[in-house]
Amino acid sequence: MCGIAGIVHFDASPVDRTLVERMLAAIRHRGPDACGVRIEGPAGLAHARLSIIDLEGGRQPMTNEDGSLWITFNGEIFNYVELREALQAQGHRFATRSDTEVILHAYEKYGEECVRRFNGQWAFALWDARRKTMFLSRDRLGVRPLFFACVNAKFLFGSEVKAIFAHPEAVRELDPIGLDQVFTFWCPVAPRTVFRGVCELPPAHNLVVSETRLRLARYWHLEYREDGAMSPEACAEQALSLLSDATRLRLRSDVPVGAYLSGGLDSTITAALARRATTGSLRTFSIAFEDAEFDESAYQRIAVEALQTEHRTIRCRLEDIGRVFPDVVWHAERPLLRTAPAPMYLLARLVRDEGFKVVLTGEGADEMFGGYDIFKEAKVRRFWAARPDSDARARLLERLYPYLPNLRAQSTAYRKAFFHVRPEDLGSPWFSHLPRWELTSRLKVFFSKAMRAELAGREAYADCFALLPEAFGRWRPFCQAQWLETALLLPGYILSSQGDRMAMAHAVEGRFPFLDHRVAEFAAGLAPRLKMAGLDEKHLLKRAAARLIPPAVLARPKQPYRAPDAKCFVATGGGRNRHEYVDELLAPRRLQDDGIFEPEAVQRLLRKARGDAPLGIKDNMALVGILSTQLLIDQYIRGFSPAAGKEWLAADSDRGGFAADAAAALSSWTGAESVVVS
Amino acid sequence: MTDIASTLRAFVRENFLFGQDTPFSDEDSFLGLGIIDSTGVLELVALLEKQFAIHVADDELVPENLDSIHNLVRFVERKRAKQEEALASSRA
Repeated sequence: MCGIAGIVHFDASPVDRTLVERMLAAIRHRGPDACGVRIEGPAGLAHARLSIIDLEGGRQPMTNEDGSLWITFNGEIFNYVELREALQAQGHRFATRSDTEVILHAYEKYGEECVRRFNGQWAFALWDARRKTMFLSRDRLGVRPLFFACVNAKFLFGSEVKAIFAHPEAVRELDPIGLDQVFTFWCPVAPRTVFRGVCELPPAHNLVVSETRLRLARYWHLEYREDGAMSPEACAEQALSLLSDATRLRLRSDVPVGAYLSGGLDSTITAALARRATTGSLRTFSIAFEDAEFDESAYQRIAVEALQTEHRTIRCRLEDIGRVFPDVVWHAERPLLRTAPAPMYLLARLVRDEGFKVVLTGEGADEMFGGYDIFKEAKVRRFWAARPDSDARARLLERLYPYLPNLRAQSTAYRKAFFHVRPEDLGSPWFSHLPRWELTSRLKVFFSKAMRAELAGREAYADCFALLPEAFGRWRPFCQAQWLETALLLPGYILSSQGDRMAMAHAVEGRFPFLDHRVAEFAAGLAPRLKMAGLDEKHLLKRAAARLIPPAVLARPKQPYRAPDAKCFVATGGGRNRHEYVDELLAPRRLQDDGIFEPEAVQRLLRKARGDAPLGIKDNMALVGILSTQLLIDQYIRGFSPAAGKEWLAADSDRGGFAADAAAALSSWTGAESVVVS
Repeated sequence: MTDIASTLRAFVRENFLFGQDTPFSDEDSFLGLGIIDSTGVLELVALLEKQFAIHVADDELVPENLDSIHNLVRFVERKRAKQEEALASSRA
């Protein structure tokens, strides 16, 4: 795993090497093992390396035999062994054993189409000197990040936004629409980010940059086409076989591979499959919480005992989360509505301290095999709405979110009111997500008058309309919900804020067997009743894993991964804020100056948080969302000094204007199949 | 009536609207306005028990009693009347 950055000059002028180095320095944490820069006239490519495959030969930027192609690549092409053999059989000669070189040869052979043959997680930029184009690509589901911006006839790209901001001509401003998306969907909708003019290459997309234009094109869709021919037994067998192979490929590494083991179904399955596929011992890692409401240690012990792994745990306390939260936001580069990334940040640090660079994790199982509560909630609401007078159907509402004590305390009447279905909602493409989006949108009550005026008349949900694939309307409601979760929250939060960015803060690479595209495509073809049988979530996956994992883990009630929120920052019972930065960033004067939130409303929220009663979900999200936005402003807008690159940065860089016509056009792009910006 | 109503309005404004100037009438449903969640219901109950010294039974946790300023005022008055009645009969 690595960090990449680079520049293309649209006016064909030569790239200044020191600027590319400066961009790379900002993301050096992603690849501390080696770094390299290559200038090819109007193009510059940079690479910070975390050596995992072909430790000696895999240096980057890497070129082909005749020097006409140069690549900087972050990620893994797991089927590189097979691709290499096939390319060799066709006469390609390889100088290294690396997967990077396979991309170069595959591009020589198949051009931009080469990515369709890759099984992996990637973000790369490939300079084609003959065609004078930079070809950028990102993996199908958005495991690896890639950002870009156009500034004064320069195209800048990087694994993280901080690489772009390290260029002296980049202008650092928040994008109110990006913020509005976070305070609706929990994440910005790519290509938009929370920074004006900075775009994120959406998952499953290629971008070709030439002197005259940017061309963006989607190369893969997840399609929910049901294959009813297979029996449930055969489906379970096939799921296990695909997952085993996905895990086998993800164990390809020249350094040891560990695994996260949360005590839940998904990571226990990946750890068990890894255990099966390796002869030696397996090292596993987990988070334990001081607060029993969030702790899963008991199940972790059961899994560790059954799988006989060598296990390490990081014990997470309220003050740990509060202490690292500024670093967490620095790495996440977007506001967070939950603190859940913070323990993941601490866990990655443990992994790194234990000498590991690579971990397998269970992410993606809930999206692909139907595990999330939001799917269950949508199913129950739709079932009840078909017969609203049925008491038996309404009683199913009691089965939702059993781990939320305040919801458990509600009467049937209130439960009905909370999960009420408006007749017009039944036909909405967002039926499943309306309750979440509506709840999250309530946080905008804290937006300042100026922000609200700027966003007046905007319909945030409309941002998703153009994203919908043409076939969406033909899919079953369950699949529509799965698609929304896979297209929005998976790349926008789970794999980024909680995934890549927390792990890469400590130079740890996550690998995700459930996100192997063969697994994803197979799971998308399963009948919804196999994914959620009645209200039994991930039903087929459990059948597939029945003989693989301990019965207690298989049968346990689902507990979503959560962490304590507001109380990490504010002491209840009339106490003070726990950390100085909270006082500073939420002070009325500071809020007033920064202009995003209404100071008086935030003071009221703080007063409430300091009270004796525990805060509800909405207020917790509000406090974390406001604080993380303020941290983002502090670290990226007011000031900006990437720790790793301080020595590279001039004290007073001259920041030019942001002539981001191409990037702005892409930023307003809302999902058309292909966009050409001339 | 006005005392109870104004106390409740002040609580809703402070606690659910955080002082923001969202207009709402005494008849407006909190659920309809989208300003109350499951924790909010429990916060209202805590207020009623503390501020108005009434005990809210589990089966009284319904929108008809709690879901607008108007409903709350009626509920508080009814509960108080009942409590006074009980007190009077225990004295008698």
